[in-house]
Amino acid sequence: MAIRRGRGVAAINYPTGMNLGGDPSQALVHSTPTGNFMVTLSSVDLGQGLKQVISQICAETIGVPTDRVVVDTADTDTGPHCMGTFASRGTHRIGNAVIQAAKEARQVMLEVAAEELEVNAADLETDGAGNIHVKGAPQKAISIFDTALSAHFKRGRSISGRGMFLVPRSFPETETGAMKPATCYAHACTVAEVEVDDETGEVTVLTVKNVFEIGRALNPKMVEQQLVGGSWMGISHTLYETTEPYYPAREHGGSDFNEYLMPGPGDLADTEIIVLERPSADGPYGAKGPGEMCANPQIPALANAIFDAVGVRIDHLPITPERILRALKEQRRV
Amino acid sequence: MRLAKSYFADERKDDLNEIGQGRSRVDLPGHVTGKTTYFADRNFPGMLHLKMVRSPHHHARIRSIDTSEAEKHPGVVRVLTAKDVPHNTYTILILIQIGPEDEHVLAEEKVRWKGEAVVAVLAETERAAQEAAAKVKVDYEVLPAVLDMEAALKPGAPLVNEHHGQNYYMYDSGACRKVRFGDVEKGFAEADHILEQTYSSSPIEQAPMETTGCIAVPEGNDRFTCYTNTQAMFFTLDNTSIILQMPGSQLHLVGGTAGGGFGGKVDVIVEPIAILAAKLTGRPVSFIYSRHEEMQISSPRAAETITIKDGVMNDGRIVARYVTGYTDAGAYSRHSPYGAQKGAAHYPGPYTIPNVWADTYCVYTNRTPSSAMRGFGVTIADFALEVQMDKLARLIGMDPLEFRFINAYRDGDMKAHRQTTEGAALIECMQEASRAANWPVAEKYYALSSHPREG
Repeated sequence: MAIRRGRGVAAINYPTGMNLGGDPSQALVHSTPTGNFMVTLSSVDLGQGLKQVISQICAETIGVPTDRVVVDTADTDTGPHCMGTFASRGTHRIGNAVIQAAKEARQVMLEVAAEELEVNAADLETDGAGNIHVKGAPQKAISIFDTALSAHFKRGRSISGRGMFLVPRSFPETETGAMKPATCYAHACTVAEVEVDDETGEVTVLTVKNVFEIGRALNPKMVEQQLVGGSWMGISHTLYETTEPYYPAREHGGSDFNEYLMPGPGDLADTEIIVLERPSADGPYGAKGPGEMCANPQIPALANAIFDAVGVRIDHLPITPERILRALKEQRRV
Repeated sequence: MRLAKSYFADERKDDLNEIGQGRSRVDLPGHVTGKTTYFADRNFPGMLHLKMVRSPHHHARIRSIDTSEAEKHPGVVRVLTAKDVPHNTYTILILIQIGPEDEHVLAEEKVRWKGEAVVAVLAETERAAQEAAAKVKVDYEVLPAVLDMEAALKPGAPLVNEHHGQNYYMYDSGACRKVRFGDVEKGFAEADHILEQTYSSSPIEQAPMETTGCIAVPEGNDRFTCYTNTQAMFFTLDNTSIILQMPGSQLHLVGGTAGGGFGGKVDVIVEPIAILAAKLTGRPVSFIYSRHEEMQISSPRAAETITIKDGVMNDGRIVARYVTGYTDAGAYSRHSPYGAQKGAAHYPGPYTIPNVWADTYCVYTNRTPSSAMRGFGVTIADFALEVQMDKLARLIGMDPLEFRFINAYRDGDMKAHRQTTEGAALIECMQEASRAANWPVAEKYYALSSHPREG
């Protein structure tokens, strides 16, 4: 009886969005009289940080700092339609709608600034810090604050924009399955190292090295949070979780966070995250959806590592100590 | 986290002001100091609490329901059964024409899974609602249950859901969603080795910190505001409009920050009955899943069974792949027909295989209805595909990582569902993983790229 070490790899891709049902989202953007920008949506922030990433997308497009953008969302009276937050679609679909709305608002903003500066709007650019100036002549400038005041009280212009992003519905061909189920694809490759105690069947995950390609990390800190959390969820899915451990008997199903098995902080591996960026052609600033795929590659990588360690294949999830021990017993019998 | 900037550097501009900046989230201080408002932080004068009476059986006929004792329980205001729901038979994806309507807001005639909602009790306090729910008497005639997909698909198996007429979802393509690409039989005939393996999974729970729930408030003008943690506001609004036969203009949904979802809050379960209860009582109604309900009643990730048969050459090329996937929807469709279909499109994974055959089935059993969960349609497929890849590599005595390089898709390759690959980056991910994990591969694999093949 011994502790045995093994290593496994898995590589995956993941579709962004859900256009087998049609995949639309809308956004509205307007400025307040003092040059802050409101983004109005009906999309839901699940805690993953949708509002923050939308703020940054809007700010980049209009040319203002992110703290000048406020997101008002998840209200069906005020927010235009959104399919919802699922299918790794939030950043990609809603982000695209916000870019379109922000571009329209930016154009009006530049037209008003051009009238104030008595120049052509096409000759203006933003400095990203809250000002608009003539290209090549930064001294000929107006603040966005003053531009918004002028638009509202003097020029009678609404600095606002409408955004819509729709991936039309794809109907699968019945006999061939030809279909366009998603748009861009994210990618990942994970290498996991485990120790397996062949006496108890217990698996210790030593390291999980994840390489993710996500198009563009719009906010690298939030990307990291999501990818690390996903990697932990992958470990949990592989080794711990089920609502029905002895199905069809239902008596053993976990009813709370004590009974429903998930790894605690001490059970989580040394986790490494490396991000590659290959911008997607149709993504907002090249982003793809990383939300779901980041919890997937750990599962087969760990299963393969367990085989590498003790030479048994557990082809049913979760891979519990009991299943490993039964397989080891069978292996010894044969 | 490390950004590996050397890959695809020529395809990317790194001169943006706000994009690419790791700015701190504006809602972060609220989250970590407990100041963020969630839907359940609201309290309204006169608010009632809703508790469900649930089926103790996997499959049973309802002979009768007696709510008289429950109605007399102190604090009880109203008890609702199926006949109170204007359009009681529904299915969520009817909004995108994926029918038939196959589920009941409150059970009628039969229950089809252990935990199905039968009677809703409304009371002044949660405790009174819970106590009264225990006094509802339902007389059941227990029926034989179908508890796994294999049994469900056998001839003569008990019928789980009469709205479907058979124990699987009928697609426009027949009993399964099909993908047909190349000639798999020819591929298997040419193959040096054939390996057929079956993989399966148990349901898991999304396990969000915040349980599913909502508070419905009558506004006094025939409009109803519903504070909810749904992941999809208009999905919920439009389905509620159908179930309550109420114009959408009378419905106002307010969300906000949800305390995690992971797909578990895409079903439309709590809002329609809570809004109906608010309408019938004229009072605000709170319907929030207990932790037990979240763990054992809300839709989990489906159990799946996937069989993969591959034909592989000694040089590492996979020449044929035949996949049969089964998704256990439980008793009702919810999002499972969609998930099974998404699975069909996902095979054969990120690899270019000339001959592919995939059949994916959405199967009905008397299990807890499954539905969306992070990656559904893909997660278990990836488990099966990538363990299969490991087995194939070992079968032909090849390094598992090198074996994947040989088969990895590249821009311009045709996928089995007839989309041309673009924006591929699998090869580069594997190159970086090889370096990061000190898992060396032959030099020629570091020279590969995802760009189109020559010629």
